[in-house]
Amino acid sequence: ADIISTVEFNHTGELLATGDKGGRVVIFQREQESKNQPHRRGEYNVYSTFQSHEPEFDYLKSLEIEEKINKIRWLPQQNAAYFLLSTNDKTVKLWKVSERDKRPEGYNLKDEDGRLRDPSMITMLRVPVLRPMDLMVEATPRRVFANAHTYHINSISVNSDYETYMSADDLRINLWNFEITNQSFNIVDIKPANMEELTEVITAAEFHPHECNTFVYSSSKGTIRLCDMRTAALCDRHAKFFEEPEDPSNRSFFSEIISSISDVKFSHSGRYIMTRDYLTVKVWDLNMENRPIETYQVHDYLRSKLCSLYENDCIFDKFECVWNGSDSVIMTGSYNNFFRMFDRNTKRDVTLEASRENSKPRAILKPRKVCVGGKRRKDEISVDSLDFSKKILHTAWHPSENIIAVAATNNLYIFQDKVN
Amino acid sequence: PLGTGAFTEETGQEKQDAQEKGRAVPPERAEEAKLKAKYPNLGQKPGGSDFLMKRLQKGQKYFDSGDYNMAKAKMKNKQLPSAGPDKNLVTGDHIPTPQDLPQRKSSLVTSKLAG
Repeated sequence: ADIISTVEFNHTGELLATGDKGGRVVIFQREQESKNQPHRRGEYNVYSTFQSHEPEFDYLKSLEIEEKINKIRWLPQQNAAYFLLSTNDKTVKLWKVSERDKRPEGYNLKDEDGRLRDPSMITMLRVPVLRPMDLMVEATPRRVFANAHTYHINSISVNSDYETYMSADDLRINLWNFEITNQSFNIVDIKPANMEELTEVITAAEFHPHECNTFVYSSSKGTIRLCDMRTAALCDRHAKFFEEPEDPSNRSFFSEIISSISDVKFSHSGRYIMTRDYLTVKVWDLNMENRPIETYQVHDYLRSKLCSLYENDCIFDKFECVWNGSDSVIMTGSYNNFFRMFDRNTKRDVTLEASRENSKPRAILKPRKVCVGGKRRKDEISVDSLDFSKKILHTAWHPSENIIAVAATNNLYIFQDKVN
Repeated sequence: PLGTGAFTEETGQEKQDAQEKGRAVPPERAEEAKLKAKYPNLGQKPGGSDFLMKRLQKGQKYFDSGDYNMAKAKMKNKQLPSAGPDKNLVTGDHIPTPQDLPQRKSSLVTSKLAG
């Protein structure tokens, strides 16, 4: 199996989509809970698999375009079919996933095999009827939104108007209408006239969950800009600018790199945004721009490893972060297949591990601890023993229940609350 | 963020001060000193445009359409070469050829993820 590059629940949590490095999308569906097996609380099974993107070549620039799926975003369900957006570095596609459980039979001009019948042999007409068949799930590409991004697309976000969505690359953000593929509006452009003057890039972008005119984007310098599309066609001037003042005594060569925001997510309430930088997760109140209201340390022990993390490029890893359905708990990944959860109310946090070796299916996960120095207790793992190739970059939280999906390289783990 | 060469001097001074006053050196500064010791030419500010330009191009594989088409034509003349010694005939390490492209998997095959 390929390395998973994105994980996303749909709006009801019934479906879970994953995208991988090979351009494939796999959708899981939660099975209906049955009275016969009450202890199996709706497990996720494969529902559909399809190739979303293929590798491409940009002949003009002599570049290979990766088929890796960077992001998947679901559209809210409006009829029997499911719709999702999937994107690689350059092209966004709208996919329709629908079920077929009936098939027409009794055509006049062709056999059941599909072979054409000789028209001169037909002596009577019949009306084709729909007969039940084994359930088939089909994925069809409905729209392809191409050729709008010079740089690599890092984010897509569906607007709450359900008519438009945005795609963001390193320097620009475009607004699309789902129905129109040959045009998009550029709403943010931070490309300097002289590329030598480039100081920051866009790292993530998201629409507000309820206000269709509002969106945020984060930068490699650790700042977040909130923009209002009502003010101007081109939102180069922000409505709000979120930045935490830096402690000058802590300044180092690494400061800017570790402050680069790798993910930004609105809370479900729309009141807060959460940002992930290399070592922390921060919660910001939209009403206060000068500092976050909460800061959580994900793996502060890495501060004394920054030199080697820079050398092996791990310092550039882009971790994502997620809210739970009620915005009371936030979750993000770390190294060694560890992921962390922070309860905003109780201020308690936990470190868990997604690995087959260290836990059996249906067993309760044991909290993990990283020991920083000095004596290491039996269950703890020392910083130097952490496996930096096992990184959890992508996680997802069910919209209303305590079910989480964790992507550990090429394995997908689904964890649920303990059943009573 | 400003400052370039000033960093090294500051760090050196800071370290001296810290030792004198008995304060701990922030781990980030210690790591920075390590890095500068290993790579003395790393004087540019990290947020500079060179760094970002590299970031904009990160991961891009260059592709030579001439080599690609030559390799394709060569393959048409012989039978499809099996992987192994024949792979050496293909020009370049990173030039993808049709056989190197990942095989498209049938949509109906159950994903290994389900296991």
